[in-house]
Amino acid sequence: MRAIGKVILRTLLQAIPTMLGIVLISFILLHLMPGDAVDAIAGMSGSASQETMHAMREAYGLNDNIVVQFWNYITGVFSLNFGQSINYSAPVLDVIMERLPATLILMLSAFVLALMTGILVGWGMAVFAGKWPDRLLTSGSLLFYSAPNFWVGLMIIVVFSAKLRWFPSGGAESIGASLEGWAWFLDRLHHLVLPSVALAAFFMAIYARLTRAAMLEVLRQDYIRTAAAKGIHPVVIQFRHGLRNALIPVTTVAGLHLGNLLGGAVVVETVFNWPGLGRLTMSALAARDNQVLLGILLLSSVAVIVTNVVIDWLITLLDPRIRA
Amino acid sequence: MTDATLVKPHRRLRLPKSLKDPLFVLAVLVFTAVIFMAIFADVIAPTDPQDMVNMPFLWPFQDSFSPLGTDQLGRDLYSGIVHGSRSTLAVGFSAAIFGLIIGTAVGATGGYFGGWIDTLLMRLTEIFQTMPTMLLIIVLLAIGDPSIPLIAVAIGLAAWPMIARLARAEFKALREADFVMAAKSLGYPTSRIILREILPNALPTLVVGASVLVANGILLESAVSFLNLGDPNVVSWGSLIGNGRTQIRSEWYLSALPGLATVLTVLSLNIIGDRLTDILNPRSKVR
Repeated sequence: MRAIGKVILRTLLQAIPTMLGIVLISFILLHLMPGDAVDAIAGMSGSASQETMHAMREAYGLNDNIVVQFWNYITGVFSLNFGQSINYSAPVLDVIMERLPATLILMLSAFVLALMTGILVGWGMAVFAGKWPDRLLTSGSLLFYSAPNFWVGLMIIVVFSAKLRWFPSGGAESIGASLEGWAWFLDRLHHLVLPSVALAAFFMAIYARLTRAAMLEVLRQDYIRTAAAKGIHPVVIQFRHGLRNALIPVTTVAGLHLGNLLGGAVVVETVFNWPGLGRLTMSALAARDNQVLLGILLLSSVAVIVTNVVIDWLITLLDPRIRA
Repeated sequence: MTDATLVKPHRRLRLPKSLKDPLFVLAVLVFTAVIFMAIFADVIAPTDPQDMVNMPFLWPFQDSFSPLGTDQLGRDLYSGIVHGSRSTLAVGFSAAIFGLIIGTAVGATGGYFGGWIDTLLMRLTEIFQTMPTMLLIIVLLAIGDPSIPLIAVAIGLAAWPMIARLARAEFKALREADFVMAAKSLGYPTSRIILREILPNALPTLVVGASVLVANGILLESAVSFLNLGDPNVVSWGSLIGNGRTQIRSEWYLSALPGLATVLTVLSLNIIGDRLTDILNPRSKVR
């Protein structure tokens, strides 16, 4: 267990400069964006004289030295103060936190779906490597790998919502149906299916390809031959020695893909009118709500960093060679 | 070895087996056709995709003048797809080239010099890799008015870390190679060793990586224009899909066909990239 503690400490220490770099980039981006917070407020209120705008800039610290401004920005971010949303007249953090659960649910269900089907399909491809099931599944996964997720979303809306009428085409719950308990849960689940599939398709293809490659690599190793020579049942070898070790690269990449998953969610949410961070991003962009945009970028980057620390920890658990 | 300048390290590409693969040939044909379509768009589809030329909501094959049908304003979908290939490919390629240049510069410098420069540049790469690509692109697009160059720069700026990692690994390995030692002992300047000795040897790997970048660039561009963040005066496959979204339950072909064009293009690029990776991988059996 001591080794794991070391891994956590090391990865956390490595994460700090990355975090600072991201804050710096986001500060630069904020200054590159046209208009500052005062311009935005003045625009919302109709008009403001030069004097009031100057006074407001003074009050917000926008006339300070750029280094002072950056220092204020950093200390703000690290005390979870991401500024004020001009569009919602509320702290950015509150606005984001309100939308976050919907996006997390979508991402989590898509992630679980993609990982489970991807590993299963990839394992199947490795078992039949070179034969027709492998070719079929490889081509199929390449197809999903090449399709834009929003297009997949639209096409499954056509088939499963417009034609077959199995699933609703958008939203997170039935409007006006004040459901409770089990019925409410099922209704939410019903709405979750299509967006999850649309978001998962691309990642399923990635995980399948990765699992296939990792499985084939692992099955070539000496310890697999040793296990077979010891007379261990082939199925046990496949799972305990093969799949378990093949999952290490898959887990690492899955962690790296968290950011892409979030980016995908932004687009898929727009297709399915899902009330999450994606829709917030789009409305913030339209309203030039810069602080919200950067808040989302910052918080999601932090989420990616934290997940990767956790993944590193998971890998030490999975891989006996690292643990030793 | 009489004259050192004549010694040119060269890794030959061996193609035969892959060239016989029908899937690879098909992919090359499809991609060539798409490039051809983009170059000769004005000849293949003379009507302006923004013009209202026919009755609205014609289905594909219903009218010989608009073979792939028309949208809600009677704009021709066929010329939309043909002309849309231009901006889609333009963004995909220029984003990839931009990403290739930044990624190679960062990765090559870090991999060759090592030490604190390497640590610093890898941190930078990590920072860009951590930020969700799509979100970074959206934020970058908030800086200026939507235009094809801005979108290409935004995508390239968000996508270079992958190339940087590839370039770093190649340069790190090749730095120790005998021919580099030879060049060093001959007293060649560092710039020459990097640009004329190592880079040509690392290039095949980087170009294959860039083919993935083009595929990604096309997907990201289509997402950007689907979200209506692109140049409103330019037709692209993504904007066509987005335009068809309002009629998705009835006139679904308006989104389906430009999407199919995107999938075929990206798929052929991915197949080409896959096969080239196989050829370059010394452990692969298919080379």
